[in-house]
Amino acid sequence: MTMVVLNRRSLLSAGGSVLATGVLTAGVSGLLLPARADGLAPTESMSGGANNYRKGAAVVERIGKGGFWMSGTVRRAGDGAPLAGQRIQIWAHTVEGQEHEPQSHGATLTDKDGKFRLEMPQIIPIFGQPHGHLAYDSGEFKTVFLRPVMRSPKETSLEAHFVLQPA
Amino acid sequence: MQDWRSARAPLIWVALAVAIGVPIAFAAASEQLAWRGPVYILAGFAGIIALGLVLVQPLLVGGYLPGLSAYRSRRAHHWIGGALVLAILIHVAGLWITSPPDMIDALTYASPTPFSPFGVTAMWAIFAVALLALLRRRLGLRLRTWRLIHIPLAIVIVAGSVAHCLLIEGTMETISKAALCAAVLAATIQVMVDLWRKRTLRGQSP
Repeated sequence: MTMVVLNRRSLLSAGGSVLATGVLTAGVSGLLLPARADGLAPTESMSGGANNYRKGAAVVERIGKGGFWMSGTVRRAGDGAPLAGQRIQIWAHTVEGQEHEPQSHGATLTDKDGKFRLEMPQIIPIFGQPHGHLAYDSGEFKTVFLRPVMRSPKETSLEAHFVLQPA
Repeated sequence: MQDWRSARAPLIWVALAVAIGVPIAFAAASEQLAWRGPVYILAGFAGIIALGLVLVQPLLVGGYLPGLSAYRSRRAHHWIGGALVLAILIHVAGLWITSPPDMIDALTYASPTPFSPFGVTAMWAIFAVALLALLRRRLGLRLRTWRLIHIPLAIVIVAGSVAHCLLIEGTMETISKAALCAAVLAATIQVMVDLWRKRTLRGQSP
């Protein structure tokens, strides 16, 4: 009971989300994000996120020869429920091509837990920062463009997370 | 001519050549070049050369380069100023061709990269100095007025260029890049100190 007094807000919201979704991971993220009591805020597009975007990249097994992993999650704003089957488009300047070139683009779908993971060629620094681009642009929810930056050009993976709101 | 006979004079020129040449050589050996197109490579090197020219400028003004008369130093300062404008134009045009949306973001101060506003600000300061230098006689600017305009802009150019360069992850090797930036800052501070000393000396004499 002391726990409830100490941290009633986050515990209540976490409990609520477990009840609502029945998914343990959502409960855990609820604990990590106290602001969740007011509803999970939607992700804003990052500046420069849409640069060199090519609309409608195909869903692929892998972009090019691979060797680098882009991963992340897609959740719904407000209750944070994972969104399955959402198409996420990914592109970057890699060892196999520049950002604007078609072979540098691909898309993947989220699984039942709202997670996505796509293998692609190694990202290298372009315009002074090693970074990737991701887009949700499928209409059901509001379009979001992300531009995560790698801590070092030597890293072989990068993450980006979407919280989407209805269009 | 006496300067040339002492060991100090050639050493200064060698140091200058090393300060500019070594970062360029390291960049030319960068593995990043393998994944860049020729236009992007040209744009990058134009930027590195521009930083090298920014080092030469205060050295010329301060008369620290042995074997050059005051007149020739000043002439060289003008021509290198022009070369600096050209290098910046190649840098910006090459980056624009490589990725137009990223360059537009940079020029409109809307870029996510923290180094862009420093570079763009330094660019406008360089253009402003070059334009005013061309119009100086026509505008009838006296030396005092000219210095009052040029010195603050020169500080903006140096500080902006150094910050821009240091924050970029690109083809330049970290230590040689930092050393070149340190040399640019040291030369600029030295000139400012010398100018200030001359000014106070003049002020003291009746």
